[in-house]
Amino acid sequence: MDGTPNAATPETLAGYNFAYLDEQTKRMIRRATLKAVAIPGYQVPFGSREMPLPYGWGTGGIQVTASIIGVEDTLKVIDQGADDTTNAVNIRRFFAKTAGVATTEKTAEASIIQTRHRIPEEPLRADQIIVYQVPQPEPLRFIEPREAETRKMHALSEYGIMHVGLYEEIAHFGRITQGYNYPVQVDDRYIMAPSPIPKFDNPKMDHMPALQLFGAGREKRIYAVPPHTKVKSLDFEDHPFTIESWEQTCALCGSEESYLDEVITDDRGSRLFVCSDSDYCRTRRDAGHEGSGLPVPAEPDTTASEPAGESS
Amino acid sequence: MYVAVKGGDAAIENSQSLLAEERRGDTAVDELDLEQIKQQLSLAVDRVMTEGSLYDEDLAALAIKQARGDIVEAIFLLRAYRTTLPRFGASEPIDTGDMAVRRRISATFKDVPGGQILGPSFDYTHRLLDFTLAANGEPPAPTPVAEAPVDEAMPRVTELLNQEGLIEQESADDDQEVFDLTRESMKFPADREARLQNLARGDEGFLLALGYSTQRGWGRNHPFAGEIRMGEVAVEFTPEELGFPIEIAEITVTECQMVNQFKGSSEVPPQFTRGYGLTFGHCERKAMSMALVDRALRAEELGESIEAPAQDQEFVLAHACNVEASGFVQHLKLPHYVDFQSELVTVRALRKAIRESAANQEDPGMPPAAE
Repeated sequence: MDGTPNAATPETLAGYNFAYLDEQTKRMIRRATLKAVAIPGYQVPFGSREMPLPYGWGTGGIQVTASIIGVEDTLKVIDQGADDTTNAVNIRRFFAKTAGVATTEKTAEASIIQTRHRIPEEPLRADQIIVYQVPQPEPLRFIEPREAETRKMHALSEYGIMHVGLYEEIAHFGRITQGYNYPVQVDDRYIMAPSPIPKFDNPKMDHMPALQLFGAGREKRIYAVPPHTKVKSLDFEDHPFTIESWEQTCALCGSEESYLDEVITDDRGSRLFVCSDSDYCRTRRDAGHEGSGLPVPAEPDTTASEPAGESS
Repeated sequence: MYVAVKGGDAAIENSQSLLAEERRGDTAVDELDLEQIKQQLSLAVDRVMTEGSLYDEDLAALAIKQARGDIVEAIFLLRAYRTTLPRFGASEPIDTGDMAVRRRISATFKDVPGGQILGPSFDYTHRLLDFTLAANGEPPAPTPVAEAPVDEAMPRVTELLNQEGLIEQESADDDQEVFDLTRESMKFPADREARLQNLARGDEGFLLALGYSTQRGWGRNHPFAGEIRMGEVAVEFTPEELGFPIEIAEITVTECQMVNQFKGSSEVPPQFTRGYGLTFGHCERKAMSMALVDRALRAEELGESIEAPAQDQEFVLAHACNVEASGFVQHLKLPHYVDFQSELVTVRALRKAIRESAANQEDPGMPPAAE
């Protein structure tokens, strides 16, 4: 992924470097990224720049993408699993404008996928990189607000407090209630925030052939999971990790396996369940799969059950 | 067939076109030009330059115009531009002792060498709306010029205390490499130069509230406004090929030196300590707030107990930047329905479990639930 502009550089925004960031900054980010790859799950501080998009809207992911993208790359951007959500559209427009690279909505065609809150349903390959936008890189932050303390806890692998937190949830609710940003342990060492993906997506991170990069712009941290690395969702022997599952199938493509969004269709609470991954859903429909197309009437407290999914 | 309504290119473009229309307002009214903003909204320009960390009145005026007067948005615009500029070096430290002073006051002495100079200040205005301004008032009458110019020598008030050894010594090591907050990420605990850089670009409102909280007993540090001065200073830069400093600019700055009580410790006898504030342009409220918070954040170094928010450096420094804060607060507007769906699944499951356990308890055929 050569980020250096060359004679073949496509037309980009006048007055700005290829992919917006200057080459010195990209080099600094690549160094941080290499360090992150070398120490899986470790949060590397970096000199995050102000971007022309607001903090909290993907500036970390954008900086990582900008530092690895080259003219040959094909970029896919998703938010909530979909290519056509406003923020995904906006970030794709940003790179189309500043880097002039090819963009795609097809997971299989992308060399770089920048994402917020989902991992595509289609398994990623070794020649792809997935870049996660991360609001809060520190998995221990809501237990210990002080950075000086959490860095120490990571250095010493002092993670007991995290297990106590999960245990307390089981004691109170009979289950772990964390539904997204569910903490994982990478390569049996660092506990890592997977970003606010639903825990449904956590198993996809384990031994993924694609390189996984995580950028937190406001918090100025980059971390990574190298290809084929063990990623374990924290759990207990008697309370194994489980993922969300639905009684419904996708109303559009009939998928029984994908993560479903719930769309309210009238003022009586009728709901339609559809795939959150818009490309996966469209690909299935193109292949002839069909859902009922019908909304489900409101039937309180019967829509989803848990645990019912596969434990990982 | 149901099609989910989601945003797209056209929606974003139309929204931005509407925004441009709203910004311009009624086209029958003259368009604001940047010179008007620079001249007549100069304190807004100063604040945008200070928190935008870029001394450029024209760009700050442009940012204010483009942001429709939303100062935090203007600061964001200026920061996003600033970050793309190449860095060719660090200037020599500016010397505020050598300032061409336009305003200089001290609250600790009735008179000081060089005198008290009020300069342009809201301080003693009566806050009465001036309806002649609404009627497009006449140009103000010229201010009479003093018979003699102000003293050239305008020693800092803190230096006067220094002679008696009553105030702590502060000397910078000018050869030390300068930490650059805009290029490196902050590490905790942060030392004072990093803290001051953070506070200098920190949100005025946030620092005002924190400074105020120290006055109300949340980390009290007994401040006196030792000196506030505003005026022009020279910026010098030493190009490598020349080897000696040349003046490259003259900028306006406001400096506040707070003098604070300190009870002393086992190693140090009682003496006065300092809190420091510095801003571009004339941002006096900000400079004073910054000085109060700077002093509060020195609690650890001075061996004071850390009990109040203003003394807690991770709390203060991690939340002072309004560009970061504004972005993250407003990111809540972005779609979160995947995570919300996950919460729905969990809450429904929890409610189902409770309902089932209640049903079991009501059923006489079932054994009583365990305590």
